[in-house]
Amino acid sequence: MWAVQLLVESLFNGIAIGSVLLIAALGLAIVFGLMGVINLAHGELIMLGAYTTYVVQLIFRLPLFQPFFDAYVLVALPAAFLVSGVVGVLLERTVIRRLYGNPLETLLATWGVSLILQQFVRSVPLASATGLVLALFVGLLAPALLPSELMAGPRGRFTSAGIWAGAALMGVLAAAGLGSLVSSLSRANPRNVDVTAPAWMRGSLDLAGLTMPVPRLVIIAITVVAVLGIAWFLARSVWGMRIRAVTQNRPMSDCLGIPTETVDVLTFGVGSGLAGVAGVAVSLLGSVGPNVGTSYIVGCFMVVVLGGVGNLLGTVIASLVIGVMTDLIGAGRLLTAWPGMPSSMATVVDFFATTSMAQVLIFSLIVVFLQFRPAGLFPQKGRLVEA
Amino acid sequence: MTLLEIHGVNTYYGESHILRDVDLTVNAGEMVCLIGRNGVGKTTLLKSLIGLLRPRSGTVLLEGKPMDRLAPHQRARAGVGYVPQGREIIPQLTVEENLLLGLEARPGGLGRHRQIDPIVYELFPILREFLPRKGGDLSGGQQQQLAIARALLGQPSLLLLDEPTEGIQPNIVQDIERAVRRIIAETGIGVLLVEQHLNFVRQADRYYAMQRGGIVASGPTADLSQDVVDRFLSV
Repeated sequence: MWAVQLLVESLFNGIAIGSVLLIAALGLAIVFGLMGVINLAHGELIMLGAYTTYVVQLIFRLPLFQPFFDAYVLVALPAAFLVSGVVGVLLERTVIRRLYGNPLETLLATWGVSLILQQFVRSVPLASATGLVLALFVGLLAPALLPSELMAGPRGRFTSAGIWAGAALMGVLAAAGLGSLVSSLSRANPRNVDVTAPAWMRGSLDLAGLTMPVPRLVIIAITVVAVLGIAWFLARSVWGMRIRAVTQNRPMSDCLGIPTETVDVLTFGVGSGLAGVAGVAVSLLGSVGPNVGTSYIVGCFMVVVLGGVGNLLGTVIASLVIGVMTDLIGAGRLLTAWPGMPSSMATVVDFFATTSMAQVLIFSLIVVFLQFRPAGLFPQKGRLVEA
Repeated sequence: MTLLEIHGVNTYYGESHILRDVDLTVNAGEMVCLIGRNGVGKTTLLKSLIGLLRPRSGTVLLEGKPMDRLAPHQRARAGVGYVPQGREIIPQLTVEENLLLGLEARPGGLGRHRQIDPIVYELFPILREFLPRKGGDLSGGQQQQLAIARALLGQPSLLLLDEPTEGIQPNIVQDIERAVRRIIAETGIGVLLVEQHLNFVRQADRYYAMQRGGIVASGPTADLSQDVVDRFLSV
């Protein structure tokens, strides 16, 4: 009986750890896996999502929104998706687009961007940052919504100047308004902040002797929905098909009439937006700071590489495997399951029975594994590889 | 009616001069064949027309409108269908998805069109059987049929065919020839064909012969003498 309970508990913890890894790596699986872009700023896109959650949560503490405080996560999810998505789109259009096919330069440039973003949240008041993102959002989206005649020719330059002026005005107004309503947002804050979870999320559920913290359950739910959503988007939607076509044969997709640059922007935007969603999940687990992204980025790349680049199912399985292994090793389950083991062995198990040592061991195991299967658990097969 | 008109096109690969002052026209409802030995620039010319390569000078006009500044996907939407050498089927997409992608070239693209015109199954019955298969799993001949069907679904006004019968078994070659002729007769589109098979070349209305990146001879295929064939076809 206790063995079953141990198994169930370990499995739940493993899935809980794995789902954080998975939601964090999901966007990277698309950006790195499908587009082949090594985006070292992915962690900072997660960080931006976490900060978005913090800002949304503060707005929901205002008297006007206070009654709906319990539901702020539902607003934070799309908001974080949009914030990180917009920043990702801007990153793609200004930096990454010029570096396609140069992985090393992309790596360096995005690392620089990640440092810029970290310093940005340290030195810029969050109210101003919110206004800036809003202005970017309006400025980038408006041209797509206006009739195309307005954007063509000499009139186009005039229209786009008008759009950006309006967007900037909206941004300044939003920043000023937010700053005056929530005074803590009007000052730059380099320290970590804490997101207050709504009351219903603070407890834990007891099910057949198993204690499941509610935030963990929420993260698992977010992850499941995000994975299913993205799988549907890629497999069934028109844009998903365009993305798959461009990924596999860019020049021919172009010749067929697929607007490849739009596809690039969209793919990168969706991948970045998913990083924002991961940021919401991350904010539920601990305090939010400028460095929160750095602690996830290595794990994200590990998951994507272990799963097999360009393979969504591989990413899912790899993150669950890493999650379960982290729990097995990190919590010293082997010792619980076999209390009478020789003391020398017990010392080794005990040595690795912390979260950070478990990570060291698992990453070493992954490195060894990749020596034998360099393409990961589920390598791409068929003629695509040879092409 | 002149469908495609190109004037003084010069294309380079890096510093090497490939196409030299190429002039060529294709009329609507006409099949024009481009002949020449390997490496004279036939494929380069087609790539310059679809926009994969940018000529350094010269103009490309489709129905009188210049296309020089358009990206390949804009040229596809303007009515240029392209069947490249090597077919370039999207390997991990199903045959059905590959066909659907052909609809992207129509105005509005896949957002507005989802119906695969059954004419392609009539032209190439094998495709209907293979709809759920991966494009990459098809044989060369089947991929060629798929590539042509995909291009036709975009309802192009000009079809560029790059060696459609290269390395393909004779019975499929006949299917392809029949399909191309039927499409021209029924829809009145123009076809620019790069071909080595003399039999297929003979079915074209006019020919242009290329040598070292330039057009060196042209005329009705009816006048194609044995001497020209010996010089420009590698048979």
